[in-house]
Formats: sequence, C-alpha cells, structure tokens
Amino acid sequence: MTTLAEKHKRIERNVTLLGVLSLVVVAIGGIVEIAPLFWIDNTIEKVEGVRPYTPLELAGRNIYIREGCYNCHSQMIRPFRDEVERYGHYSLAAESMYDHPFQWGSKRTGPDLARVGKRYSDEWHVQHLKDPRSVVPESIMPSYIFLADRDLKPGDMAAHLNALRDVGVPYTDEAVKEANADLAAQADPDADTKALMARYPKAQARDFDGNPDRLTEMDALVAYLQMLGTLVDFDSAAPQETVK
Amino acid sequence: MTELTIRAGVFLGVAFLAFLASAYAADSGFAVQMAITCMAALIGCWVTLGRADYAGIARGVLHIPDLDGYDDDPVRWSVIAAVFWGMAGFLAGLYIALQLAFPVLNLGLEWTSFGRLRPLHTSAVIFAFGGNVLIATSFYVVQRTCRARLVLPGLARFVFWGYQLFIVLAATGYLLGITEAREYAEPEWYVDLWLTIVWVAYGAVFIGTILKRREPHIYVANWFYLAFIITIAMLHIVNNLSVPVSWLGSKSYSAFAGVQDALTQWWYGHNAVGFFLTAGFLAMMYYFVPKQAGRPIYSYRLSIIHFWSLIFLYIWAGPHHLLFTALPDWAQTLGMVFSVMLWMPSWGGMINGLMTLNGAWDKVRTDPIIRMMVMALAFYGMSTFEGPMLSIKSVNSLSHYTDWTIGHVHSGALGWNGMISFAAIYYLAPRLWNRQRLYSLRMVNWHFWLATLGIVFYGSSMWVAGIMQGLMWREYGHDGYLVYAFADTVKAMHPLYIIRAVGGLLYLAGAVIMTVNVWRTILGHSRTEAPMTETLHDAERDRPIGRVPQAIAAE
Repeated sequence: MTTLAEKHKRIERNVTLLGVLSLVVVAIGGIVEIAPLFWIDNTIEKVEGVRPYTPLELAGRNIYIREGCYNCHSQMIRPFRDEVERYGHYSLAAESMYDHPFQWGSKRTGPDLARVGKRYSDEWHVQHLKDPRSVVPESIMPSYIFLADRDLKPGDMAAHLNALRDVGVPYTDEAVKEANADLAAQADPDADTKALMARYPKAQARDFDGNPDRLTEMDALVAYLQMLGTLVDFDSAAPQETVK
Repeated sequence: MTELTIRAGVFLGVAFLAFLASAYAADSGFAVQMAITCMAALIGCWVTLGRADYAGIARGVLHIPDLDGYDDDPVRWSVIAAVFWGMAGFLAGLYIALQLAFPVLNLGLEWTSFGRLRPLHTSAVIFAFGGNVLIATSFYVVQRTCRARLVLPGLARFVFWGYQLFIVLAATGYLLGITEAREYAEPEWYVDLWLTIVWVAYGAVFIGTILKRREPHIYVANWFYLAFIITIAMLHIVNNLSVPVSWLGSKSYSAFAGVQDALTQWWYGHNAVGFFLTAGFLAMMYYFVPKQAGRPIYSYRLSIIHFWSLIFLYIWAGPHHLLFTALPDWAQTLGMVFSVMLWMPSWGGMINGLMTLNGAWDKVRTDPIIRMMVMALAFYGMSTFEGPMLSIKSVNSLSHYTDWTIGHVHSGALGWNGMISFAAIYYLAPRLWNRQRLYSLRMVNWHFWLATLGIVFYGSSMWVAGIMQGLMWREYGHDGYLVYAFADTVKAMHPLYIIRAVGGLLYLAGAVIMTVNVWRTILGHSRTEAPMTETLHDAERDRPIGRVPQAIAAE
C-alpha cells in the first residue's frame, strides 16, 4: 500500500498525466458499452412494417417534443404480464429505429403511449387534449387547448426530412421533394393520397381535429398519436411466438 | 484605452450578428433566443464602456480588494448567482410539484405547462445553482490549494458571464418550447455549442492555475474538479451531436436514433449525476469539510482509491435507466453489475468525509455548518445505497417509471448536493467579503432544520407514492384481471403529491433564510444573538481540572 501511495505521487505532481489518465479511465465504460451497439447486428432485429414518419406525423412528433410530453409519458412497454395487458405487446428496438431523438421516457405520471394509436377516436384525443378532465376526471394533465387554434407552421418539411436523412433515416429523394405536399395531403380529406400511401404504408389520412377548413397543430399531434405502435402487425407474428 | 475599445467592439460585433440572426430566423423561438443573445451582448458593451463610472456602486459587493493575493471577484459573483438561481430553481420545483396536485395551476398556457416547466426546474437547480456553486468553489479552492492566483483573469470572467448567458438561453428556450427532449440535455444545438466554448475556457483557467501552482502536489479536491471538467466536456459533446434543420433555426435532430440514442443519453444523464453532481461536489467535500472541522482528511490512501474507482465505475452505470427496455440484455446486465459495484467507492468517499470529523465530533452540536456537512454526507451515503438497490433488475421492475425514482433523486439532490452547497456558501460568504462572521448562525440552524424536515416529507411521501404506484400497476384480482385502471393510480397519488409539495415549501423556506443571511453578511451586518449552545452546568460542583494533580500529590 505504501508503494501505491508512493507511485501515485508521480501522478499527483503532474496535471497533464492526471488529466490524461482521468480521461482514459472515464472513456473505457462508454466505449465498451455504447460503441458495440452500433455494430452488433442483433441490437436491432429487423421487423416488418417499421417505416420513417410521414411529414405530418413528424410535425406532430415535434410538437410532442416541444411540449415536453416525454416528461410524463413513456413510449417503452416492458415485457411484463401487467404491462403487456395494459398497453399491448412489449416494445421492440426496431420500433424506435427512426426516432431522432428517442422518446422512451423515464416516468409514467401518465400512461405509456407506445401503442396508443387507434385505441381512441380522433374526437376523444381532441377533447382530451383540450380539456383532459372532461374525459378522464382523475387526470392531472395540462390543457393543450391552444393547439386547436393554431395553424401548423412546421417550416420547410423538406429541410426537416433532409436533416433526418443526414443522420440516417432512409427518406427517398421523392419523399423529400414531396414533403410539403404530403404534409398537406395527409390532413386534407379531399386530397389524393395514393402517392402518400405508397411512400408511407399504413399512413392514416383524414382530417384529425374535426375542423377540415384548417390545418392546425392539433391535426399534427393527433396524427402522430394515432400512428404510435400501429406499424408492426403483431397478430401475424403471434403464432410463431407461442411455438416452442 | 485600446483594450476597452476592442472589448466594446467585440461585444458590439456579437450583438450585431445576433441581431441579424434574429431578424432572418427561420422560426420565432430562434428569433427570441438570438434577440436575448443580442441584448446580453449590448449589456456587455454598455458595462464595458461604463465601467469607470460604475466601480463606485459595485465596490464592496462585486469588487473588493484582493485577499491574500487571490483573484476572488468571479468567486463572489458565482456565489451571488448560485443563491439567485437556487431560489429560482426551488421555486420552480415547488410550482411544478403543486401542478401535479392541482393541475389548474398549468393555467392553460403553453409557457406555464408542466412539460415546459419541469426541464426549467431540473436545469435551474442542477446547472444554474449547482453549476455556479461548482464554478465558485473550484475557483476558490484551486487558488488556495495551489497557492496561485487564477491565470487568465479575463477568461475567468468570461467563464462566469458566458455560463450565465447559457443559463438564460436554456431557461427561456424551455419556456418557448425549444428543446432536444433529452433529459438534462434539453438545450438546442446553438446553446450546446456556446456551452462548449464556455466549458473549454473553464478548463483552461482551471488547468492553467494548477500548472502555475507553488505547491508540488495537486490537492485531492482538484483531482475531482479536474475529472468533473474533463468528463462533462466528453459527455456533453458526444450526447449533443445533432444536425440542425437550418443554421438559422432552433430545431435539430439527434445524430443517434432509438436504442443507441437511449444509451448515449443515459450514459450522459447518469454521469451528469456522477460527475456534475458527485465528482464536483466531492471536491467541495474534500476541501470544505476538513477546513470547517479543522481536521485533516481522514485517509490519503482512501482518497486515491476513492477517486480512481469512482470515476472508473460511474461511467458504466447508465444502462440501469433502461432495464427491461429494448436495450440489449448484455448492456442492461453490465449496467446493473457496475451500479451495484459503485456502492463501494461511494461509501468510501462518505467514510473519508465523515471520519475526517474524528476528534471534532463535538462540532456537530455546536457548529450548524458542520451539522449541514454531516447531514449532506449522511444523505450521500443513503442515496448511494438506494441507487445500487434500485439498479437491481427485480427492484427496478417495480420502481421504474414511478415516483420512487423522483424520491431517490431528491434525497441525493436536496440532501447531498443542496446541503453541501449551503455549507460551502456559508463558509465562503464571510471570507469572500472579508467579514468577521456570518450575519447569523442561528439562521443557519433554522435553515438546517427546515431543509432536513423538508427532505423527510419529500422522501417519505415519494417512497410511499412510488411503491404504491408500482404495486397498483401490477396488481391482479382473483378473477385474473388487472385491478386498477391507470387513472385510479393517479387519483391515489393526490395526497402524496400534496405532502411532497409541503416538503418542497419547507426546503424553499430554508433557502429564503439563507438568502437573507448571505445578503446581510455581504452588507457587513451582524446579528446580535445568543450563542448557539449554552451547556447546562452546576458552577458549585464543576471544579477546575487543575486541582486534581495537587490532590494526588497530597496523597
């Protein structure tokens, strides 16, 4: 032990040595734990159905982020009987592979939202976001009434898709070019959505906020909530899971 | 004079660029943030130009003549800023606690909703209050333990003001809805870049001062400060890698997605706790506890082991925030194992701090500042036991997503970080402003008890809340169905949220007393008050000890 203290004197007399050694020591954990996630193939097992967000869903997701919904709602169902019964099939890594940033959350002041899509009607969501306690009396959620009254101005969606493409989301050139048109078409009940549907399978196109004359932030947020967890078809996979 | 002109010119240039960026901003949030930057630069310009005339007002509070040849102006400013941001952060915390009990307090406005105020609270207490305490103490300690003045005094001032600008940009950004939505790293790309610049300057001043030292050895407190500065730089840069949508807009997209993003974020998030709130604050412990107790550190060897094992093990613990998620199992298990191992160095540090009081334990009774330090170390020990326990998978399956985590965090934050910071501020205030003593020791005692009681209310209510919540979520009836709807658990939390808010109120009340106490100390007042301890004794029967040897001699 004396020798340890003696040897350590060299380090504590030299700030460069102390700093470099500290950096090496703190870097090891991150390198061993995080770096392999980028090259071990089975970190994210491929699942059919997962696709990048449509421009409208993305705009809605950005509102979800802006309002800090992640502070109270998780999007990560753990593989427990009670959670699976309450929220649906446990979350798979592939389901958030296009999420920049991830929104798994860390706290459930409100329920998990990973599979909230299609569980409630659009009308319920709009009413709930405007006045949560009118549909869930026990709720402590803030009112987001202002979303219904504000035009959706997400900026140039092509720029958003381009930025996401830079970080690895496989949007095609065509998807980027048509981004703004796709955004409008998805919330317009009269629009031709054939191209949109081809680009984004299982996308839901309709007026979401009950006010077809305007494209509001409410439209975008409800469009996002209604697609959460709906991309992967777990029913078709179920038989394989039970076979031993 | 030329220097003054150059400085004012630089400020004006920054103001002009920020004004242009604001005018051509792609979104209104970025415009407001750039306008704030512009305002800050204009204020800087104005102060620079008016400096000669302002010295009179500021003298005695912001500038006083050097003590012992050390450069303490930035330390003084950081102490004042810490007290200010602390109050703001505690108040925000109380408000959002009340919002959870009474949702009407969200006011139906976007700027005052829980989702935007919660990051405001966490960043205000961790980075604004904690950060300023760390800047103040690190600049104070490094000068004393190196027997050297701060190098690059201009850069040290830049660190202080640059850091305050970072705080204001981050805070106003949250209210405007500008966020990266990654916990404790919410500020957007341009604020992150700014913090990087400030942090490099901070590192340069700190390391430069160590290089200039007149002591052969670097004192242990400085090892911890150094590791804190280096590691935070590494975490901040990697975790905030992102691609902005536009160079004139606030929105950016994280470089990583899903699983990788989650682990990067919690590698950062847990080590914001490990290095910002632990290593940095342990550095404070290693200086202020021995100073206040008048005793040397208990064990030099233990500090060597403590330091290296703590910084090595902490980094691995991030995955315990992601147990049972879609993160690969091997990473979860590694995180759990290292979190449990982390218990040992944590308690090594606690023991080193507490045992320093050997031979001075009577001061726990007579000195409320020592009492705060002991309480801080006790809470450090408790929360670093609770943390590893919560990292065990089977415990975590119950506790995760519940308020137990919130209770755990606050026993560490209020108990350890808060108490050790208050103690350091009470130690620093009279010394920095060259006063004989604090305005009032009895007020420190009041602060101690209010804060302690507040933590007890907070901790106990959140433990009960969390365990109840976890059990209700997983409860099955005899019919094989889940017993409770989610809304039932929300309803059951209501009384506990109120008790928590009462705890927060008590803690805030203690901080108000501190603010008054520190401010009056700065002004040079001292309260006439009875001494803290009046030990009962019987004058008749108490004999001077000197007589005893005579009696023995007579025999």
